[in-house]
Amino acid sequence: MINTMSIRFEVIAQITLVAEEQNRLLSTLKDDLPLLDSGLDSLCLAVIIARLEDLLGVDPFSSSTDAPFPVTVGDLVSSYENSIR
Amino acid sequence: MLHFLLRSETLSALTKTRSGSVRSLSEGLSNPGRRFLSGLDANVCLADLVRGSALGGWAEELCGRSVLIATRDQLTAALALIELDGIARRVVLCPSDVPRKHRPLVIASAGVDAIISDHETVEPIVGVECYMCTTDIVPADYDRSEPCQTEWVLLTSGTTGPPKLVVHTLASLAGAIQRSVSASPVVWSTFYDIRRYGGLQIFLRAILTGASLVLSSVEESTADFLVRAGARGVTHISGTPSHWRRALMSPLANKIAPEYVRLSGEIADQAILSHLQSVYPQARVAHAFASTEAGLAFEVNDGLAGFPASMIGKHGDVEMKVEDGSLRIRSNRIAERYLASDAEPLVGTDGFVDTRDMLELRGDRYYFVGRRDGVINVGGQKVHPEEVEAVINRHPQVRMSLVRTRKNPIMGALVVADVVLSGAANGDMKALQQDILTHCRLTLPSHKVPAAIKFVPSLALAETGKLVRNHA
Repeated sequence: MINTMSIRFEVIAQITLVAEEQNRLLSTLKDDLPLLDSGLDSLCLAVIIARLEDLLGVDPFSSSTDAPFPVTVGDLVSSYENSIR
Repeated sequence: MLHFLLRSETLSALTKTRSGSVRSLSEGLSNPGRRFLSGLDANVCLADLVRGSALGGWAEELCGRSVLIATRDQLTAALALIELDGIARRVVLCPSDVPRKHRPLVIASAGVDAIISDHETVEPIVGVECYMCTTDIVPADYDRSEPCQTEWVLLTSGTTGPPKLVVHTLASLAGAIQRSVSASPVVWSTFYDIRRYGGLQIFLRAILTGASLVLSSVEESTADFLVRAGARGVTHISGTPSHWRRALMSPLANKIAPEYVRLSGEIADQAILSHLQSVYPQARVAHAFASTEAGLAFEVNDGLAGFPASMIGKHGDVEMKVEDGSLRIRSNRIAERYLASDAEPLVGTDGFVDTRDMLELRGDRYYFVGRRDGVINVGGQKVHPEEVEAVINRHPQVRMSLVRTRKNPIMGALVVADVVLSGAANGDMKALQQDILTHCRLTLPSHKVPAAIKFVPSLALAETGKLVRNHA
C-alpha cells in the first residue's frame, strides 16, 4: 500500500518529469503555489493526471464530480491522498 | 445590417433589415452611449461607431469588395466587421492563429481584393490593397441607404491541411439569437476568438441584443482575463469545456460572478457542468451544440450532460435526426456552401448536415461519444490519429502503432498510443518509450504527442486490412 509520503513523492516526481519533457521552466514547488503559475500549462497538467492514473490507479478528478479542480500544488497532492486513503 | 442594429435594441430590427427597410432602424435609439466593446488595450463606446469609422473613413472604398479581415487583435476585427457589414460584398474572418502559409489559398478561393490589418507588417500582394483598422474612431458618416447582403466567410480549423472556407449570411449566423429583455445591462464575454463560430455567436448576441462585450486576447493569461472581465462587470460568458477547466484551476476564478455561463465546442461532461454550478452558484449553466457548418442547433439548460432524446425531430427552426449513429441537422442556420471550386457539397441530398458527431442513447438522453472519423479533440485542437501514427512508425524499432483517445478531466481528451515493436522486446523498455516520445516531440506540436505509450504484442486488423479503430 502506498503511504501518504510516497503519494506526494510520486505527484512531485511526475510534475518534474513532465515539465522536463515539455521544456518547461518550473517554479519552486510549494503547496500554496497556483498550478497555472508553476510553469505548467493545462496540457502538462492533463498529462500529469493521466500518468498518475497509470501509476496510482486513480484519477480523482474524473471519478467524482464533487472533487474540485486543483488550484494549487497542495490541492493536487491532497486530491490523490484523499482518494487513495 | 449590423451597423444599424447598434441603434436598435430589438431583433425585430434584423427581420426588418432583411426586408430592406433599414431606415426605420435608425429610430428608437437605445442608449448606445453606455454600451462598449472592450479589448486588452482599448475600449470603444458603441455610440461612437454610429457616425464614426475605425477604418479612417475609407470604408466606402470597400463597397462591393471581398475583404479579408486579418487583424491581430479581436477588437479591431470587431470594429471592421461592424463597419463593413452591408458595405462589402464579402468579409472573410481570419483568426490570428491561422498559419500564414494558408493565406494565399484563402485569398484566391475568396477572391479577396482588400485586406484589413491593424499592424504595419503586411507584405504587399498583387491586386490586393491593404487598409488599416485602429481603435481610434474618426467621424465618418457615409451613405448606407442601400446596404448589400454581405457574405460572412468563416475558416474551419484545419488539422493538417488548409482551412475550409464556410459561407454564412448575417441571417444564418443570427438565426438563433432571440430578443432578450433584460432590466439590467448585459455584459457578454467569451474565451473564444470572435472570428471562430463559437465566438462570433457571442459577438453577434452582444451587438444585436443591446449588450456590451469584453473580448479575450491571446496575449493575456487566463488569470488576467478573469480579472479584466470581472472589472468590466461581465454578466454572461461562454467558452469551451477546456476554457472553463482552465478558468476553474485559476485562483482568480472568483473574480467573475456571471449570471449565465455557457459551454460549447466540445463535449460538456457532467463534472465540468457540476463544477461550474458550484463555483458560480448564482449562474444559469447551459451548454450548446453548434458547428461552423451546421450552425447553432440547440441549447441544454437542465444542468445535465447530453440532451433529452425528445429534442430529436423538428422543433421550431431546427430539425435533427440520428443516422448511422451521427447527429444530422437541418435548419435556416446552416451555412450556405463551401467556398472553393472543387468543394464537396456542405449538405446531403436530404438537406441535412452530417455533423460526424457520434451519439449514444442511454435511458432518455443522448450523449456525444466522439467523432465518426476518429478525430481526437485535445482541448479544442483536433488531432488525426493517422498523422501521429505516421510519426511513431518512422521510429526504427516500431513496426506499427494505433493512436487512441483517452478521456481526461483537464483537456477533455488526450492522445495515447499502442505500439508493436519490430524486434523482440528486450532491454530497457522505459528508455525506449522515452526515445519514441522524444522522436514524436521533434516533429509534432505538444498536444499531438502521446501522453502515454503502451507496448502491445499485436494490433487487430479488419478484413479490409485496416487497423480496427473503436471510435465511439
